[in-house]
Amino acid sequence: MPSANRAPFSKVAEKNARGPLIALTDIRKSYFNGDLETPVLHGVNVTIKHGEFVAIMGQSGSGKSTLMNILGCLDTPTKGSYILNGREVEKLSDNELAQVRNETIGFVFQGFNLLKRMPLVDNVALPLLYAGVSMAEARKRAALKLAQTGLGDFLKRLPNQISGGQQQRVAISRALVCEPALILADEPTGNLDTTTSVEIMNLFTRLNEEQGMSILIVTHEPDVAKYAKRLVRLKDGYVTYDGPVADAHL
Amino acid sequence: MNFWQVCLEAFRAMSMNRLRAGLTMLGIIIGVGAVVLMLAIGESVREDINRRIDTMGSNVMVILPGSSTSNGVRAGRGAAQTLTLSDSAALAQLPVFSNVAPIVQQPFQVANGANNWNATVYGVGPEYFEIKDWTTDKGSLFGDVEMRSVSRVAVVGSTVAANLFGESDPIGQTIRIRSRPFEIIGVLATKGSDLGGGDQDDAIFIPLSTARQQLIRSWTPGSIQYILAQAASAEQVQEAVYDSTELLRTRHRIREEQEDDFTVRDLASIAEAAQGIATALTLLLGAIGSISLLVGGIGIMNIMLVSVTERTREIGIRMALGAKRRDVLLQFLTEAIVICVCGGAIGVLLAYLGSVAISKLSPMEVGISTSGIIIAFSFSALIGIFFGFYPARRAAGLKPVEALRYE
Repeated sequence: MPSANRAPFSKVAEKNARGPLIALTDIRKSYFNGDLETPVLHGVNVTIKHGEFVAIMGQSGSGKSTLMNILGCLDTPTKGSYILNGREVEKLSDNELAQVRNETIGFVFQGFNLLKRMPLVDNVALPLLYAGVSMAEARKRAALKLAQTGLGDFLKRLPNQISGGQQQRVAISRALVCEPALILADEPTGNLDTTTSVEIMNLFTRLNEEQGMSILIVTHEPDVAKYAKRLVRLKDGYVTYDGPVADAHL
Repeated sequence: MNFWQVCLEAFRAMSMNRLRAGLTMLGIIIGVGAVVLMLAIGESVREDINRRIDTMGSNVMVILPGSSTSNGVRAGRGAAQTLTLSDSAALAQLPVFSNVAPIVQQPFQVANGANNWNATVYGVGPEYFEIKDWTTDKGSLFGDVEMRSVSRVAVVGSTVAANLFGESDPIGQTIRIRSRPFEIIGVLATKGSDLGGGDQDDAIFIPLSTARQQLIRSWTPGSIQYILAQAASAEQVQEAVYDSTELLRTRHRIREEQEDDFTVRDLASIAEAAQGIATALTLLLGAIGSISLLVGGIGIMNIMLVSVTERTREIGIRMALGAKRRDVLLQFLTEAIVICVCGGAIGVLLAYLGSVAISKLSPMEVGISTSGIIIAFSFSALIGIFFGFYPARRAAGLKPVEALRYE
């Protein structure tokens, strides 16, 4: 490990002493169409510690999107237990789930999902507003985060006035603004060209290595998965591989 | 999110689609404008009627002689001259009456030099003016002194004054009624038309004694044409009708099975009927306005439903970022309320301009009342809440996963 990692590393170790970031036990999910049951996940068991950089890989239809929705507290499993940062997710109410999404998870989507009519600074400030921070304070912190990702000059611009790579950096700033325990990225480079993809993936790597940020990327691209430290491969709703990226044959 | 942030979001959403927001608002503008203006018109009609009723005097009843029957032929009401000064004096003794005024009247040609005019001449006592609550614009009324001295003095209405004297001051001038000179001592304040449309200012008032002795002779001694009587209070009007009927029946020696030879007519009931019509008119106009407001509200609901569908993905993003159902609900509800309140404000403004225009272009004085504005304003906010709630609840009820996937 390079020396720059030591400070965050000690913090991460401290957190891990209290328990893992994510503990999935026998997670099952089925979709129902009338009486017809279509199982998508057949009992997934995965434990992820604080400070890990994990890629979840799989073809379309492998259940990775469903798993990602469950991990993001956007959907609930049919069966099984999910403990996120010490909280039993299946016991939470709608409001508590919203709070968990707000405080614990930072989402990065394939299509960026910025709000079109809002200036970038307000886009980044939005999660803070939902956390109850005042408008002025939220904008101040949002501007700071944007400056850290090199977008300090674009605060007042609208999302359609900047490039795709820049939009994804805004989305990452937005994911980071509430200081979450986990960044959950769903195909973050899916809409970007190769050069920009490399930039974005390097940004994730830096976040993980320099700040000890836990990052979970869902992707079907081996080139993207390579940046992670650990790989979880899904096929037809089963985990077929869980180990270091280096040992997986990508 | 606090109130101002939610409002800012609402304005932002509206500015995204200005034409649509404007058209939706137009429904509310027309609705609120119609309610405020219609209520104002209804109210001004009511005030107009009340003003006319006030000139009749309050708690007033009129006692008319009945029909006469001679050889089996029944003449019309008032044909008989059955009411007398002593009837009037007896009525005045009843405690339920505060004032009783015997009256004779007849139209005459009146002249001021070469200028002449036809007007009704009323012979009345000073009680008459008290009952009607009439005052003079210029000069004074006559009193008991003029009654006793059988003076040839006259108090004229403003129409008569204008027709006989034009711009010049009639006070102290002399008019001739059937060649007899009468000195004008007062000009009454203008009262306008009565409920029947007759001009109340086209009249000349002279002392009853003078009228009976010198102008309006009658072959029945002491007879008068009708009596105006005022009950001491509104509660005593019914009692006064009953008591006066009993008294006159006794005085006229009418047997149990015989019809009255007089009629007691309670003017308060006429006033009540007129006020009832005015209230009904106000309600009707208000209802018409309310219907257009309702239609505007449905327009809001329609647009909000479209907006929720269009922005499903946005709702999903917001939920992923930590928006609670309550936040989403408030956001859409606020949008509906902002449209309604802005529309309401513009509607009130338009109604105000409309009232100014009506007041200028027609004889009616239409004033927008503060209560009307407050009612319309809170009503439009309520419309926003009522019609915005269902779309907002629909937005808040979306599942985060499905909303986020929506294309």
